[in-house]
Amino acid sequence: MAMLDIKDLTIEYPDRHGVFQATKNVNLTVNRGEILGIVGESGAGKSTIGNAVMGLLQSPGRIGQGEVYLDETRLDTLPFEDMRKLRGKKIAMIFQDPMTSLNPLETVESQLVETIELHLKLGSAGARARAVSLLDQVGIPDPEQRISQYPHEFSGGMRQRVVIALALAAEPDVIIADEPTTALDVSIQAQILDLIRDLCREKNVGMILVTHDMGVISQTADRVAVMYRGKLVEIGDTKQITQNPQHEYTKALISAVPPSNMRIDRFQHVGFGKEGGGLKEFDLNNHWLGQGRSDEKGDAAILQIKDLNKVFKSTSGFLGSKGVETHAVRDVSFEVSTGQTFGIVGESGSGKSTIARLITGIHKPTSGQVVFEGLDLLARPKSRQDLLTKRQIQMIFQDPYSSLNPRMRVENIVAEPIIVNNLAGSRAEAISIARDLLQLVELDDTAGRRFPHAFSGGQRQRISIARALASRPRFLICDEPTSALDVSIQAQILNLLKDLQARLNLTLLFISHDLPVMRQMCDQIAVMRYGEIVETGDAEGIFVAPQHSYTQDLISLMPKFERLG
Amino acid sequence: MDTLKQFLASDFFYSFRRTPVAVVSFCIAVILILSAVLAPVIAPYNPFDPATLNLMNGFSKPMEPNAFTGETFLLGTDDQGRDVFSTILYGMRVSLFVGFAAVLLALVLGVTLGLTAAMAGGRTDAIIMRIADIQLSFPAILIAMLIFGIAKGITPPDMRNQMAIWVLILSIGLSDWVQFARVVRGAAMVERQKEYVEAAQLIGRGPFTVAFKHILPNVVASVLVIATISLALAIIAEATLSFLGVGAPPTQPSLGTLIRIGQGFLFSGEWWILFFPATTLLLLALSVNLLGDWLRNTLNPNMD
Repeated sequence: MAMLDIKDLTIEYPDRHGVFQATKNVNLTVNRGEILGIVGESGAGKSTIGNAVMGLLQSPGRIGQGEVYLDETRLDTLPFEDMRKLRGKKIAMIFQDPMTSLNPLETVESQLVETIELHLKLGSAGARARAVSLLDQVGIPDPEQRISQYPHEFSGGMRQRVVIALALAAEPDVIIADEPTTALDVSIQAQILDLIRDLCREKNVGMILVTHDMGVISQTADRVAVMYRGKLVEIGDTKQITQNPQHEYTKALISAVPPSNMRIDRFQHVGFGKEGGGLKEFDLNNHWLGQGRSDEKGDAAILQIKDLNKVFKSTSGFLGSKGVETHAVRDVSFEVSTGQTFGIVGESGSGKSTIARLITGIHKPTSGQVVFEGLDLLARPKSRQDLLTKRQIQMIFQDPYSSLNPRMRVENIVAEPIIVNNLAGSRAEAISIARDLLQLVELDDTAGRRFPHAFSGGQRQRISIARALASRPRFLICDEPTSALDVSIQAQILNLLKDLQARLNLTLLFISHDLPVMRQMCDQIAVMRYGEIVETGDAEGIFVAPQHSYTQDLISLMPKFERLG
Repeated sequence: MDTLKQFLASDFFYSFRRTPVAVVSFCIAVILILSAVLAPVIAPYNPFDPATLNLMNGFSKPMEPNAFTGETFLLGTDDQGRDVFSTILYGMRVSLFVGFAAVLLALVLGVTLGLTAAMAGGRTDAIIMRIADIQLSFPAILIAMLIFGIAKGITPPDMRNQMAIWVLILSIGLSDWVQFARVVRGAAMVERQKEYVEAAQLIGRGPFTVAFKHILPNVVASVLVIATISLALAIIAEATLSFLGVGAPPTQPSLGTLIRIGQGFLFSGEWWILFFPATTLLLLALSVNLLGDWLRNTLNPNMD
């Protein structure tokens, strides 16, 4: 018999509209020394299972049906007091964000010793000795000294190691790790995953690893359970699931992961749980969207950036006391050719989003030149034509939840650019064009009458794209357009962007930190660090033969989910 | 019809239905406001028509026939023989009118200044908010009395009684805008960071349209909460000023004026002249306040 046995588990959240089932009849087992990965997209119910095992379901959530056994003990019917004694001792948890899961006011020592003394009767000297040895085991150098430090004195990765030490403190049988590396940088992610895997083997602990990331699963788990909308759709050995998935959803999920080792033309098999209905047949030449557009192709640079600099000054106080200067963008120059996709890649704080906002005019550059179709964007526009040219640059934003005004109907959001810029004869015509655009981005006919809150993240991103198209743009800036989306939705949005680019001869400036995504989208790539471009070049060239040492580091650390064919 | 159906099905209405305090205070507030609005229809007497007054009816006890005239008054009469029930209805009209008008003034002023401060930033923001800070460092009632005094000084003496109500509205409104300005500024600064504002700028919307068409609708919820709580405060402020004798004149008494008049009789045994207006004021302020609390919890669960 397995150590942790979850039988027919149904978790319910009753609300005034009825009962929502977060998981439906889920059966899972975990053995000693085994890592069971639970993978799925947001809302699949994967975290809920972990919480139910811990007895930590948020009210009004409850176990509607099913049983949870840890060895011989039935957990789901255990009284609260007994369950409390088991937590930490038999079942421990590793949370996503090490910034918030440690108490910032207490030293690491007192947090570890508290847990150890609570569960193991060791005495204070013994507890301290065990705490030091735990820190040593999770790979914290110099544990004798570091144990008396506060959490803020540790880096993010080291803090997550402390959290793991805390989870191990009372020698639990099962550890539930909920997205343990999602908040960490990619390079640290790999180290933490190695540590987790080694410790499970060594201490013969069973683990449930909850994550949305196929890469994490394929590197760490022994077996994988795939969840979709509360149901367990497939379970099996990691190798079998990632190489030879059986269920349609698993296939769709895996084919949606951007491969790191090659460029594919389109993401295939994204049909499962698809939000749009396929690009509508549209006679662009006779439609509003196709008018006033030149079909010139070629290598002519549509956008030229020369020696761009931006210094942010933070001023504070009534009299403007002397502030700190931050050089966010330093001597950046590049050119983007018509119809191409130019990528800017870099870690957070590298200045890539600032460049987008310097081009759109949200920020004013300190010095430099931005020329779009021969028009100097930094000069005051001389005519209406200049203004319209400027508005041919549009943007798709990172956060689909804040990029749409929640108080406006979707068709009004999409029609606004047409109305503001007098691009249509009347308001009614503008609304009807807006409805066409919504169809073009694969939303259904009734979408326009609803408000943004009625849509999912991916659908909102489609609305955002439709709004950008309503300015009849020639140049689209995509600032991390898919980083807030699930991987299958990401694949759909990336496909949509590629289709629109081909049909409308759009030029894209694609900003992202995600290298596999960049590889799928970009023709040219610029790599940024600390506000400077360290390397620019052909996209495949950057991936195959990076020149600069920083680019080499980035490429070697990127999460590898390689596809064979 | 559809909008009504949508409203009845909304989470907002559901939360209302499930909160007894909200339902009860809503009912009380509606009854009080309606009876004030309909005072000329409901009130058995017009207390300000000297022709209907009979001094012989003075000091009638509630629900007891008057010793001289044999007339019975629901809540008794005051020294002049005025029906207390009728004076309360008419007094509430004055109190509510002053309250609503003052809140409206404070709202328009505060929302405009708060939005301007949030959008303009820099020096404009600093100046507006420092004025607000300075005003907040004095008790609101003192500010209101100051404005009241100045306004009274510059109005011609024969206009004073007619102008008194408007001066009252002005002084309470001007002392109360700070709440609106602070809340709107804070909320607008949060909204301004959101990407839909950037998108609106990108398609060519000017700063004015962005502020009033895009940002304002998204801070309305907090404005509504502040407005409700301010209404209760404005009614109390008006009553306080009138109680101190610097508010509504005796020819147009508000609840505060009635309480001032009534307290003179408390120790001589005519308790009802004070008790009923005071209870009405309490019910009015309490129901509006509780309604405001519920609104705040429902619309804005993150506000402290």
